Amino acid sequence: MAEFRMPSLGADMEAGTLVEWRIHPGDAVKRGAIVAVVDTEKATIEIEIFENGVVEAIHVREGEKVPVGTVLATIRTDGEAPRSPAPAAPAVEVPARVSPLARKRAEELGIDLATVTGSGERGAITRDDVERSVARVTRPAQPEKPSEDRQAGLRRVIAAAMGRSKREIPHYYLGIDIDMSRAMAWLAAENSKRSVTDRLLYSVLLLRAVALAVHEVPEMNGFWVDGAFQPSAAVHVGLAISLRQGGLVAPAIHDIDKKRLDELMREMLDLVKRARAGVLRSSEFSDPTITVTNLGEQGVQTVFGVIYPPQVALVGFGKVAERPWAAGGMIGARPVISASLSADHRVSDGHRGGRFLAAIDRLLQEPEKL
Amino acid sequence: MSGEAKTIRTTYREAIRAALRDALQRDERVFLMGEDVGRYGGCFAVSKGLLDEFGPERIRDTPLSEAAFVGAGIGAAMGGARPIVEIMTVNFSLLALDQIVNNAATILHMSGGQFNIPLVIRMTTGAGRQLAAQHSHSLEGWYAHIPGIKVLVPATLEDARGMLWTALEDPDPVLIFEHGSLYNMEGELAVDAGPVEIHRAAVRRSGTDVSLITYGGTLGKTLQAAQEVAAEGISAEVVDLRTLRPLDTETIIGTVGKTHRAVIVDEGWRSGSISAEIMARIMENVFYELDAPVARLCSAEVPIPYPKHLEDSAIPQAAEIAAAIRQLVRKHG
Repeated sequence: MAEFRMPSLGADMEAGTLVEWRIHPGDAVKRGAIVAVVDTEKATIEIEIFENGVVEAIHVREGEKVPVGTVLATIRTDGEAPRSPAPAAPAVEVPARVSPLARKRAEELGIDLATVTGSGERGAITRDDVERSVARVTRPAQPEKPSEDRQAGLRRVIAAAMGRSKREIPHYYLGIDIDMSRAMAWLAAENSKRSVTDRLLYSVLLLRAVALAVHEVPEMNGFWVDGAFQPSAAVHVGLAISLRQGGLVAPAIHDIDKKRLDELMREMLDLVKRARAGVLRSSEFSDPTITVTNLGEQGVQTVFGVIYPPQVALVGFGKVAERPWAAGGMIGARPVISASLSADHRVSDGHRGGRFLAAIDRLLQEPEKL
Repeated sequence: MSGEAKTIRTTYREAIRAALRDALQRDERVFLMGEDVGRYGGCFAVSKGLLDEFGPERIRDTPLSEAAFVGAGIGAAMGGARPIVEIMTVNFSLLALDQIVNNAATILHMSGGQFNIPLVIRMTTGAGRQLAAQHSHSLEGWYAHIPGIKVLVPATLEDARGMLWTALEDPDPVLIFEHGSLYNMEGELAVDAGPVEIHRAAVRRSGTDVSLITYGGTLGKTLQAAQEVAAEGISAEVVDLRTLRPLDTETIIGTVGKTHRAVIVDEGWRSGSISAEIMARIMENVFYELDAPVARLCSAEVPIPYPKHLEDSAIPQAAEIAAAIRQLVRKHG
């Protein structure tokens, strides 16, 4: 029997509200399937499961807020026999008697039937019961100001994470200017062969360069947990995405080191769209092993980033701009980008950090290999 | 002329007699036959005076032989006449079941569509007059099981007056069940009352909390019960089915979809009854609209007793219907 728990969707998360179940007891589930939606104050996140099996029982009701680690459901993994004579009553008792109309109304109104008291024959829940409970539930809460609450919640979460980062992580910062003329020329040539919808943005080149550079300097990729560094074999780059209403999230694009540019481009656009719509997946929240933030659009030249704990490094990019560039005794104008590294000094030192930035630079000089 | 509709005070019996006279006058192919319909004026005095007016060729007394005279009616209908056959009670119609079910209902089919049977059979049904078990049963639900015939159950003066002609115009066999306890029912009927359509159920009282679905002899009691609970704040809708075959499923779905609760009142016995069929259709069509299990009131599953107090307690009464409504609606403070 496997336990499906409230995941930690970031170091700052202490509890989550189970907004919606997408599974019922008896349903077969597959690893990677989205089984629930959780609200973390930061976003509404689709939660994936990491077992193959059959849902044995659900322990948390929709609407309930529970701490990280709480068992949400138990899964009978493949090969296990069903627990035949259920020894204990499931934690959630579905009301035995609900009229079909009441059930329909409850669904329409988003009312959890477990919270409704039945007044019908032998305790049956009727439509009136459901409608009365709506009045009870929503009246004190109204008028709801979800955007404001969400906004305040998001701010609180960012404050907690960044406060912890600055308190706990001894940051060091390194910067480098990278000549982007080859990369931009290659991109222009590549895009001239593509239809408008298939064109690549230079951001994907940066993401690929960071991911591949990690292979050379693995101290940048992983987590600081319980006083020790845990390197990660996989490279999941968290992409800092600013939200329109303010605040930011940094969900992961998985396995960037193994993906082609086309694929990466598609995933990046999808991720940005979903992040702004507030529908991200649990793994995207919990998995980033390193973060990339790109503030070029705002005209920023250099970023001095704050690491997102428990990660150990963040790479910041500024604007690609033509600058005077001296090479071979000559000064010319070239497109240049400033890359910065914020790294955890407990894990790595400036020497390794410098090698890491140098690797990014080198990789960007051979854009055709990215 | 003023716009005010003129009405006359009349009874269910007189309304049927007016319908018979009207049909006999309108169409010379129409004739009435049955036990004691002529000289005696009908066992329930429905056809009183018609023999004098229309003569023995068109108002025909028959021997006590239901199979023979229903069979003769089928033959006459095939031959181009428009016979109205009267059977004294539904209990006695069982003697003619072979003619009704095996012949009247099937000939159109068996002849490959060559022969319609435009036959109308009228009979009395139901209890409430202390006529004991051989004269008091309600078997119209059985007939509603049979494809090939239509089953009408007039419960109002308008339908008693208007259903006969529409039935005669139908190319296929139509059975009309007159509830014995309604013959003396009095009321106002429009002077110009005439044929009515026979395919739709009628909402006799509009309401929002519960649908009372009934027909025939229990319509009056059901309306009375609806009136009674209205005083307690329960708004009951009353549907008169009017026709048991074909059943107007659309109206049933409509009313239950609106009120979300239903009580069916049926003087037939519960097991395998028309009320069971109505419940099944509700389940098939509007299950997700229901706020309570569908309830029904039927007759006790006994041969209808002779003594008044036992007979009364064997069939649905207004007070019981009202109690069933209260139980179902359970108005919350």
